[in-house]
Amino acid sequence: MRADPLPVPKLRLFAEPEDTDARKVRLTVPLLVLGVVLVLSVIAGISLGPTVVSFGDVLRYLGKAITGGSIRADEETGYSIVWHVRTPRVLLAAVVGAGLSVVGVAVQALVRNALADPFVLGISSGASVGATAVVVFGIFTGLGVLALSTAAFLGALVATVMVYYAARSRMGLTPLRLVLTGVALAYAFQAVMSALVFLSPNGQAAQTVLFWLLGSLGAATWESLPLATIAVVVAVVVLLRRSTVLDVLSMGDETAASLGVDTAALRRWLFVLTAVVTGLLVAVSGSIGFVGLVLPHVVRMMVGSGHRQVLAVTPLAGACFMVWVDLLARTLFAPEELPLGVITALIGVPVFLVVMRRRGYAFGGR
Amino acid sequence: MRPLPLSLHEVSVEISGTSLIRELCLDVGAGEVVGLLGPNGSGKSTALRCVYRALRPSSGAVFLDGDDFSERHIRETAQQIAALTQDSRAELDFTVEEVVALGRSPHQRGNLRLTARERELCREALRRLDITHLALRSVLTLSGGERQRVLVARALVQEPAVLVLDEPTNHLDVRHQVELLSFLRGCGLTVLVALHDLNLAAAICHRVAVLRAGELVTCGTPAEVLTPDVVREVFGVEVTAVIHPRTGVPQLLYDVPIEDVTTPEGIFR
Repeated sequence: MRADPLPVPKLRLFAEPEDTDARKVRLTVPLLVLGVVLVLSVIAGISLGPTVVSFGDVLRYLGKAITGGSIRADEETGYSIVWHVRTPRVLLAAVVGAGLSVVGVAVQALVRNALADPFVLGISSGASVGATAVVVFGIFTGLGVLALSTAAFLGALVATVMVYYAARSRMGLTPLRLVLTGVALAYAFQAVMSALVFLSPNGQAAQTVLFWLLGSLGAATWESLPLATIAVVVAVVVLLRRSTVLDVLSMGDETAASLGVDTAALRRWLFVLTAVVTGLLVAVSGSIGFVGLVLPHVVRMMVGSGHRQVLAVTPLAGACFMVWVDLLARTLFAPEELPLGVITALIGVPVFLVVMRRRGYAFGGR
Repeated sequence: MRPLPLSLHEVSVEISGTSLIRELCLDVGAGEVVGLLGPNGSGKSTALRCVYRALRPSSGAVFLDGDDFSERHIRETAQQIAALTQDSRAELDFTVEEVVALGRSPHQRGNLRLTARERELCREALRRLDITHLALRSVLTLSGGERQRVLVARALVQEPAVLVLDEPTNHLDVRHQVELLSFLRGCGLTVLVALHDLNLAAAICHRVAVLRAGELVTCGTPAEVLTPDVVREVFGVEVTAVIHPRTGVPQLLYDVPIEDVTTPEGIFR
């Protein structure tokens, strides 16, 4: 077409490898920085709390626990706090933060809506019905501490199946139908949950349920880690391997079809993946809002919208964030614990607004 | 890539009881530019969606180079047919480079890794569409004309044999409309394009097909098809057909009835 003499920028993606001036998309630096920050955050998270354990002691206890060395009798309490209480909790915080943020990216791609979060599909509301049933009726008491998690996960599964079949149409799972179905069923689940709490003979039920709803890692044990960790790692790996397809999907369904993507099949497995991971995370941590909505956007502001970068950086950023949130939750008003959802909203929202305004970020389009 | 012939054979689309197109037959020869004309809701987009496989025909089939592609994987079709769709507004702020690079995705399994040849192809496409200077811009910051050129560049790096465009001149100013359409005429690919502007269609298409209410009314060269009778019957508009004094292509002048013009008090009708 017309050849206007316009300044030509240094190409990035289309530059040849030997072109050393090219402005490459560099992920190494953010990944390294976040990796180091995460390790330091985890150690800080283990070290700080109502009882402060020094960094050195934390490292020593962890070393002993892993290599199986012996400790002095007067170190028993410190060791127990570090290894049995704080380490699983901080690691679970990292896993949940990473998982919720990554699922946030996946759901935003799934329903092609920048305002979506892992809970928009109604899955967490289903989980809360399960959890409420445990609190109110004491079902699954045979499972002990796992009763709440199990019931929550089953609730999530039931909700997933219901949303899936209610939203399905001849055209597959269309984004709008998914969101509308998810939101509508979420209201239904919340109604059921409220009715359960209201009719409950157990006066404590309301508070227990509310606390669980706003998210807490207080019940974290080593047993709650493996399943959630595996789910999150698998989700990250699987999504990273399909990052180009997610890029294509975010261009719109018509465009995706013209670029050879079977959107119906893609949505199906994205839905199943996000539902299972969300269910597992909600089961161990309650519904911690805001993380899955906002962290993907914060990461996009830093590294651009390409899903390869976003999916690589988001889990680390989410993990760091959640470790600090959990730390604040248990130290701000110690020995009382704040629900995590309160902190994520109180810190996250202002930070997000500031970043969004400063960078002139196009929040989900203009 | 070598242009290939495209053929719609008795394609019908019915969605929840409503028939959108009925037994549509249309042949587009290799390297031919065919315009799809018709009023709103006549089924142009539906027909095109069957070609780029966003929609599966209820009956009938689309043939690419004599081959019914409905049983093939959608990615195979995307290696040969590129499309400019109506929903191509992006939500996330991808850069122009990222969007254009996605044109290579049908040709690769797994995640995109551009080879040296593909990078050259992408750079060439940016040059051809004159958008190299926009390469690192976010697509959300582009004007309508710039964005449309980015999408054409993406379609080109797809190295298709057939290019399908759904009203590509929407929201473009006159210059960009003319530039885009003359580019299509000269690109050497098989082109099927839905257009609203009858005169631009007459100027750049080898042949035009006119749809009304889901059925093909007529198909032929612009001179054969775009007669006052057809335009009156299909679009409900009176026109006078003339020949462009310099290019020799048939053009239509709209006979706009102006009645009851009241000037004195500045109040119109």
